Amino acid sequence: MRIARTCRRLGWPSIAAYSEADSTALHVQVADHAEPIGPAHPRDSYLCIPELIAAAHRSGARYVHPGYGFLSENIEFAEACARAGLIFIGPPPGVIRAMGGKAQARILAEAAGLPCLPGDAGDDQSDTAFGAAAERIGYPVMIKAIGGGGGRGMRRVARAEDLPAALSAARREAALFGNERLMLEKLVEDARHIEVQILADGHGNILHLHERDCTLQRRHQKLVEECPAPGMDAALRAELGRRACALARAVGYVGAGTVEFIAASPLHPERIWFMEMNTRLQVEHPVTEMVTGLDLVEWQLRIAAGEVLPFTQDDIRLDGHAVEARLCAEDPARHFLPSPGRIMALDLPPEATGLRVDAGFRAGDLLTPFYDSLIAKIIAHAPTRAEALERLAAALDQSHAEGVRLNAAFLAAAIRSPEMRGATMTTGFLEAARKSLVNAALKEPTA
Amino acid sequence: MAETLLTIRAEIAAAIWQIMAPAGTSLAEDEPIIILESMKMEIPISAPQAGMVVEILVTEGQQVEEGQAVATFRT
Repeated sequence: MRIARTCRRLGWPSIAAYSEADSTALHVQVADHAEPIGPAHPRDSYLCIPELIAAAHRSGARYVHPGYGFLSENIEFAEACARAGLIFIGPPPGVIRAMGGKAQARILAEAAGLPCLPGDAGDDQSDTAFGAAAERIGYPVMIKAIGGGGGRGMRRVARAEDLPAALSAARREAALFGNERLMLEKLVEDARHIEVQILADGHGNILHLHERDCTLQRRHQKLVEECPAPGMDAALRAELGRRACALARAVGYVGAGTVEFIAASPLHPERIWFMEMNTRLQVEHPVTEMVTGLDLVEWQLRIAAGEVLPFTQDDIRLDGHAVEARLCAEDPARHFLPSPGRIMALDLPPEATGLRVDAGFRAGDLLTPFYDSLIAKIIAHAPTRAEALERLAAALDQSHAEGVRLNAAFLAAAIRSPEMRGATMTTGFLEAARKSLVNAALKEPTA
Repeated sequence: MAETLLTIRAEIAAAIWQIMAPAGTSLAEDEPIIILESMKMEIPISAPQAGMVVEILVTEGQQVEEGQAVATFRT
């Protein structure tokens, strides 16, 4: 959907790949052409590299945009595209490999001069070694799966006696993704998630497109993102941008990418540490587009085509404030349990000045258990943060679904909370305040 | 306290991601029996109280519907 929209504006024909579950999906209808790639289960379609390559050849495609899910950071897919003579829209395979493992990425970031949290890369994977490392780092610590993503394989450990059980659980979870190796990092209490968007062309030009604050999360997955980050001044923005560009330069980055940081509150340059790099377009990229006026997908395509970035860092605008909420089929009242099923009715607010709606589904569509629960993203843009938050909350009030549970009222309550308005939120806020936000959502007037 | 045989059901439509406790496993309350996967999230089905898994009615990778029986459990 998102990619096809930009292709159409630029006059590039677009080709959608779709599984049997998605034959009538919006992204198939919006594209100029569509190719079937197999059964509903992603293992047999969206994750099946030979099927995707064959579909690209059948359709005459020259470029492959991997989106932001499934194979978007998959080294084998990027290499398979290159072998097949297709241009993978993303960084070179070696960069995906370098940044794909959390421990290796951390080593590269440190070498590029980025501050990292005290941690242990897990060279020795024994419980004894991790125990000694945790004592050295100091509790509380966070166990991370080196090959994990999307919050999987992460465990918070507050005390030494809890470490063996947590290691064992994290190993089990990590092994399901084919790599049971773990690492440790100091846990930052009351943390905020700040990330920097970068763009790099293939000619040595690297720019940052400011930061995004993605502190509102559940299950270590983002639900609300905004730009600029509350409390971020120009000097700190420039410093984080410099760090992100330094890492990108050190690894030979090309394309759009995101360098993620973890920050203690309040923001201070000495209390912001590198976390990881995402070598793809992010779900939350629209907030950056709203404040900069740039189309990130357009620049991904132009960079892949070999163009030179025609602007400098000073040309990158930062107009007003943008905030995005992810409308998901899930039930906050039941610990954010996903809610697959047929969407019998779906009301979303109409797009307007300062309000963008990126929807991937409409009434009548089936949400299968195979794919993500994200139904739509609503992005509000206004001169000030307070106005953007209120515009977004009002838009969420107009969002309803029947047939599946929708988190719209919960998100509206979170956005109107004193913590969000006062910018005192932390990454643990949504889960800690879940019950009170669910109750507040029940009391919200419906539009 | 009298023993009770409970039927454990899937809360939502999902795939069986991992069977954590095969038949015969004794579990404490809240220990996971099966992990479901739905919409890219893992959802544990846990022991409602201390007891033993009597039978697992599904296999890993199988699709289940909301409310489908996945195990029996003796408390």
